[in-house]
Amino acid sequence: MSIYEKYMRIDKFPHIWCPGCGYGIAMKSVMRAIDRVGIKNDDITMVSGIGCSSRTPGYLDFNTLHTTHGRALPFATGVKMAKPEMNIIVVTGDGDATAIGGNHFIHAARRNIDMTVLVYNNYIYGMTGGQYSPTTPQGKFATTAPYGNIEPPFDVCNLAAAAGASFVARGTVYHAVPLDKLIEQALRKKGFSVVEVLNPCPTSFGRRNKQPTPVIMMNWMKENCIPKVKYDKMSDEEKVGKIPIGVFVDIEKPEYTEQYQLLIDRAQSLAK
Amino acid sequence: MAKKKVFLQGNEACAEGALAAGVKFFAGYPITPSSEIAEVLSRRLPMVGGKFIQMEDEIASMGAVIGASLAGAKSITATSGPGFSLKQENLGFACITEVPVVVVNVMRGGPSTGLPTCTSQSDVMQARWGTHGDHPIIALVPWSVEESFHLTVRAFNLSEKYRTPVILLLDEVVGHMREAIEIPDPSELEIVNRKKPTCKPEEYLPYDLNNEVNPLPAFGEGYRFHVTGLNHDATGFPTNDSKLVQKDEERLMNKLLNHLDDILTWEEYMTDDMEILVYAYGSTARSAIAAVKQAREEGIKAGLFRPITLWPFPDDKTREMVSKVKKVIVPEVNLGMIIGEVKRVSPKEDINIVGVNRADGETIVPQQILDKIKELS
Repeated sequence: MSIYEKYMRIDKFPHIWCPGCGYGIAMKSVMRAIDRVGIKNDDITMVSGIGCSSRTPGYLDFNTLHTTHGRALPFATGVKMAKPEMNIIVVTGDGDATAIGGNHFIHAARRNIDMTVLVYNNYIYGMTGGQYSPTTPQGKFATTAPYGNIEPPFDVCNLAAAAGASFVARGTVYHAVPLDKLIEQALRKKGFSVVEVLNPCPTSFGRRNKQPTPVIMMNWMKENCIPKVKYDKMSDEEKVGKIPIGVFVDIEKPEYTEQYQLLIDRAQSLAK
Repeated sequence: MAKKKVFLQGNEACAEGALAAGVKFFAGYPITPSSEIAEVLSRRLPMVGGKFIQMEDEIASMGAVIGASLAGAKSITATSGPGFSLKQENLGFACITEVPVVVVNVMRGGPSTGLPTCTSQSDVMQARWGTHGDHPIIALVPWSVEESFHLTVRAFNLSEKYRTPVILLLDEVVGHMREAIEIPDPSELEIVNRKKPTCKPEEYLPYDLNNEVNPLPAFGEGYRFHVTGLNHDATGFPTNDSKLVQKDEERLMNKLLNHLDDILTWEEYMTDDMEILVYAYGSTARSAIAAVKQAREEGIKAGLFRPITLWPFPDDKTREMVSKVKKVIVPEVNLGMIIGEVKRVSPKEDINIVGVNRADGETIVPQQILDKIKELS
C-alpha cells in the first residue's frame, strides 16, 4: 500500500479543487511528512475552517473536523485540551487564518498550544470567487479590488512570529520536497508551529493578474521564492519582489497543555 | 458523601450542577452577569482533572467546547446577551453536526450592550431561532437556585442523549440571587452519557438516516469520521443531494419532536379550578406565584402554569391550559415574546391573552401581576 492510500479516503475523490491548484501537491507533502514522523491515523485530528484549503480534511483518513469560517483554531484548541496526546494539524487559508480568524491565530500562537498550522496562502479568496484577502499584494486585482488593492498585506510568518509561535516556516508547492521537510519539522515541534504554504490560484488570482496559467504561476514561484539563507545575503534592491522561504523561527518555550497539566497537579495538591 | 446544605448563588449552583453532571471542559469569555460560572469552574475543574480556558472571545469559546466534546469531554460555556449573539454561528454548527454541549445564557437587557447588570428575559426567542437555518434546540429555564443546579444536570443529560446543544436560560435575578439549597449525593443523580458505537470502525456511520440519534465515539477511539457544518450524508461527507438533505433536516428536528414526553417539563399551581391563568417562567414565575396566592386570598380563582422546558415549546400542554380559561396573563421581562407562542397555540375562541411587561432592567413584582389579575376578574 502506498503512503497515499494509507492516509487518503480514496472513496471521497475526485476532489473539488480547480485544475492548476496546488492544494493536491500540498496534501501529498503533508502525507509524506506524517509518514516520516510515523504518526498513526487514529492519533491525528485534522481541523480546518472554510475555503478551498479547508476542504483538505475531507480527503484524509484521520479524525477530521471541518468547522466554521476562521474558527479552526478554537475548535482545535478544544480537541487538544480534552486530549493532549492527540496530534493536531490545522489546515487553513490566508483569508480564514488572517482575516476572520486573525484573532484566534494570534491568541493560539500566544498560548503556544501544541499544534501544526498550515496556512495555505494563495493571496485570494478562491472559493467565493476571487475577492481580495489580507495577504493580497498591493496593486493586485480582485473581484472586490477592481481598481487594484490599496491595502498593505500581512506577512503571515512575521505575524505568527510576533504573536509567539515556537516554529515558523514558509514553503511553496513548487518547492515540494523542501516543503515536506518544513512540515515534518513543524510536526515534530512541541508548541504552536506555523508553515505558510504559497500556492498558485490561476482561476481566481492569476487570471486577473496577468498570470493566467498554472505554468506561469509555478514559474513565478520558482523565480521569486528564494531560500532564506540566500535571501538574507541579498541587497535591499535585489530583495524587491522576492519572497524568502525556509525556517524563520525555531525556539523552545513552555507549551500550553503541559503547563495546564502542572496547573492541575498544583490544584489537586492544594485540595488534599 | 451525603446530601449537603449550601448557601449559593444561581450561577454557582449552575457550576456545581455541571460538575455533578461530569463536566470536564469549560471555555468562555468574561461577561456580566454570567462570570461567576467561569470563576467557579476555573477553580474547581482542575481539581477533578478537568480543563478551563478563557478564550479570546465568545466565538472561540463556542468552537472550543465543540472541539472538546468531540474529543470526548462533557463541555460547557456560559455567557450573557451580547456574548450569546456571538455564539450563534457555532451553536448552529453544533446543531447540524450533532455535538452535545451545554450553553448557559444568564440573560441581561438589550439589544446590544443594553443593561449589563440588570435582569431580562429578552433572549428567549434568540435561544430558539438565533442561529441561521432550520435546527432543533432544547432550552431550559430555572426559577430558583436549586433548580439551576438540577437543570444544569438535566441539560447535560438531554444533550448527551439527543446529541444536541442544550441552552440553559437563567435570568440575572436567578443567576445572582442566593438561596440555601440541598446538593444531593452523586449517587442520587441520574447521569446520562452519550452512546458509543459497538460496530466495527469501518461500519460506523455518524449520521445514519435510519437512526434518530447515532452513537458518537470520541476522536482517537478508532472510529475515524468526518465532521462538517455542510449538509452531509451518513458518513458525514458533504452532499448536495436534495432528497438526502431534506430527509436529514427532518431527522434533526424529529429526533426532538418525537420525544416531547421525555423532554418537556412544567409545573402547575392551583390550575384545577382556575378562571384566570398566569403563564410565567424563570424568576418572573416567583412573582407570579405570589400574585396568584394573593388573588386566591381575595377570592379570585387564579392559577399559574410554569414551563420549565421552554424549547421545544410545550404546544399541547399550553393549549390545554389556555383552553380551561377565558383570560390569560403572560408576564415577561421583555416587551412580549413568549406571549406570541401562547397565542399561536391557543384555540381561536374568545380568549383574552394579555401581557405584563417591562424592559427597564427591573423584575416584575407580584403587585403588577396582581393588579392585572384584578383588572381582568
